[in-house]
Amino acid sequence: MISFVVRRLLQSVVVMLTVALIAFGLFRYVGDPINNMVGQDTSAIEREQLRERLGLNDPFVVQFSRFVGHALRGEFGISYRHRRPVAELIAERMPATLELSIIAAVIALVVGVPMGVYTGLRREGFLSKLFMTLSLIGVSLPTFLIGILLILFFGVVLRWLPTFGRGEVVSLGWWTTGLLTVSGLKAIIMPSVTLALFQMTLIMRLVRAEMLEVLRTDYIKFARARGLSNRAINFGHALKNTLVPVITITGLQLGSIIAFAIITESVFQWPGMGLLFIQAINEVDIPVMSAYLVLIALFFVVINLIVDLLYYLVDPRLRIDRDQAAGHG
Amino acid sequence: MHLRLGLLAAAAALAINLSAPAPAEAKTFRYAFQGDAQSLDPHGLNETFTLGFLGNVYEGLAAYDANLQLIPALAESWETLSPTKWRFKLRKGVKFHNGDPFTADDVIFSWKRTLTEGSDQKVRGGLITNIVKLDDYTIEVETPSPTPTLVRELVWLYILDKEWAEANNATEAESPKSAETSGKFASLHENGTGPFTIASREPDVKTVFKRAAHYWKKIKSNVDEVVFTPISQDATRVAALISGELDLANPIPVQDWERLRSADGVSPLTGPEARTIFLGMDQVRDELLYSNVKGKNPFKDLRVRQAFAHAINLDAIKKKVMRGASTPAGLMVAPQINGFNPKLNTPYAYDPAKSKDLLAKAGYPNGFSLTMDCPNNRYVNDERICQAVAAMLAKVGVKVDVLAQPKSKYFAKVLSQNDYDTSFYLLGWTPGSIDSHNVLLNLLSCRNKATRAGLFNLGGYCNPRVDELTKLVAAETDPAKRQALIDEAFTIHKNEVGHIPLHQQPLSWGVRDGVSVAQRADNVLDFRNVVLP
Repeated sequence: MISFVVRRLLQSVVVMLTVALIAFGLFRYVGDPINNMVGQDTSAIEREQLRERLGLNDPFVVQFSRFVGHALRGEFGISYRHRRPVAELIAERMPATLELSIIAAVIALVVGVPMGVYTGLRREGFLSKLFMTLSLIGVSLPTFLIGILLILFFGVVLRWLPTFGRGEVVSLGWWTTGLLTVSGLKAIIMPSVTLALFQMTLIMRLVRAEMLEVLRTDYIKFARARGLSNRAINFGHALKNTLVPVITITGLQLGSIIAFAIITESVFQWPGMGLLFIQAINEVDIPVMSAYLVLIALFFVVINLIVDLLYYLVDPRLRIDRDQAAGHG
Repeated sequence: MHLRLGLLAAAAALAINLSAPAPAEAKTFRYAFQGDAQSLDPHGLNETFTLGFLGNVYEGLAAYDANLQLIPALAESWETLSPTKWRFKLRKGVKFHNGDPFTADDVIFSWKRTLTEGSDQKVRGGLITNIVKLDDYTIEVETPSPTPTLVRELVWLYILDKEWAEANNATEAESPKSAETSGKFASLHENGTGPFTIASREPDVKTVFKRAAHYWKKIKSNVDEVVFTPISQDATRVAALISGELDLANPIPVQDWERLRSADGVSPLTGPEARTIFLGMDQVRDELLYSNVKGKNPFKDLRVRQAFAHAINLDAIKKKVMRGASTPAGLMVAPQINGFNPKLNTPYAYDPAKSKDLLAKAGYPNGFSLTMDCPNNRYVNDERICQAVAAMLAKVGVKVDVLAQPKSKYFAKVLSQNDYDTSFYLLGWTPGSIDSHNVLLNLLSCRNKATRAGLFNLGGYCNPRVDELTKLVAAETDPAKRQALIDEAFTIHKNEVGHIPLHQQPLSWGVRDGVSVAQRADNVLDFRNVVLP
């Protein structure tokens, strides 16, 4: 068990370094940050001096090692555009993204799992077929289109919900939350639904497929033969076994949701890390871009690790095998 | 029993609260722009939006009114004692937002601050060599050479409070490199003399302005509070305006004007911007970098440049690409710019037959091919304009390959730091001083790094007589003589087709009905002119 964890940690370090290297290498081709940091009247000499000061003329390896060295200490440098430490910027924006992502994941689960169960149990019903069709739409429409349609319908036509922003937020120490104010709650509905839609359909189809699979297994047959009620079989036994792969996928998708909230944040002007990243790309704000990519890689790696460990803990079959292999048999 | 009493009491309390009369509504003006001001430090970045934004909070010695006319601000009056010496009489009784009085010391301190390492206003600061304080409200300013446009430039040199800066360790403009607190304070806090203060600032999220307790002048505006939010997506910004969450949105994509006209409660507010969009050609290299013509440079031949000019149909661009919103131009400056002469503003005639003829005479009967550099997120419909130009040139035999890039990459490629790596390009320019000399110096003069001339003359157009005239214009104080010199320079440039001006791009704001604002030709929103219903 310990060796498993250690091995995974070492792999994670390799992944992180690779991501950092690729990200850093890419940034030589995104444009000139100096031009965005000065006005049109600034002379060439002054621009050159600025390049020197920021170390942009040093060789690649030097710049990269400097970056990694600082990153290990949690210093991601100063944002070219905001002129504040990047770590501070990201800390400011993280609560918005995490709140949005977690609510989206919860919605996806809370709606997706029951829908999946229903369509799994009543395969031929009209409602099932309707859900399946809707899920196809949810999967094929791009996120920004869904976002804009929702804004148009609920924001402009019906005027029920705000079309942009996070509403009023309440600070709890370092964290800012929009869930404690009415405007904050209204503001989070559309972005989280937009973000959740794809995941919801994915989970629904997954649960459905798993349910169909599980309902055909022997132990379910035996349970029926024994005379257990449908309810006990479907929810007590089938669903529990169905959920194991769903948890794995959802966990991995959470990383995806956090990373790709970019589009949703852009459409709804949600002040999170994704919007910060898009703005950084436009402004060629390299410190922010590198920090964000490294952070996202870290999220993915950590979530993967947790999911693997959870899986290992949750599925008794894995544990038993291991014990037997260790020689108790 | 107790529970019921308790519930009844709670219900009563709630009812009383809900029915209590609301406090008098403060007039709040909500607006959105596509980006945010870089920082609150007025010397931090020389960028139109940031300086315009801060112009509601900070002020310079002079200012522009709603029609871009120069008016006194922190200086009541000024006079030239000699071509290089000015005397300014400063306004008495002006206070900074924290109560400190405004005096000559603040002016001298602010000027010195623009010359510190982190400042991006060094060019403006460099227009002054020395300021002598005669008394608390009179100063004498010395310039290195005659500068008739000095006061226009000083509009953007905002005055900070010396005591406040010293007390908060903000005596130096913020350097992008350092994490030290020096200067960082000024990028998040303000203390100016303007009619509004900044009550809260979350960069890239929201900035809230409140009316200052005292302002030295009576202003039209009845606004108590301004809430500014940057909204980067065009669709979201327009939706927010239509849904009533914004009073003003800028910019509105040109294709949404009809939508705003038909929607209830909002309308588009449009007008020509003081920005001229033009095409430039590499006339300096012996062989173009990006064309199939080897051994010679077609743009060195006047006939080829003329052919290009006559091939472009500005009316078609106006109708089809700009939806009727642009104003075709024949000059490199807009009508709002000092030195504009309507007699010289006739665009080159659209005559593709003549173009083909000129090209044949110049030795290119079958045309040639070349690459055009174009930004795609800087000017209104920039990429589409380039594509239209390419299509028009194709009709006369010149095959143009449009290389459209985001502005970060575009400017990294074509500017002087990258050695003007372009053969044919599109650019837009608003002279910061609202005066033609800025255009003559930066766009039309021969390139000279040492004297900082022609820095943005990406094509390298060069005529010694134009350079001579530029220097004369810089020093000439008599308006009639100055205009004649400017006219001569522009005429030479036009005859030689140094650049091909296309049009003035449109300003495109969306405004809630009932809200009255002044749309300045330099795209600056001055809260002093905002009146809410």
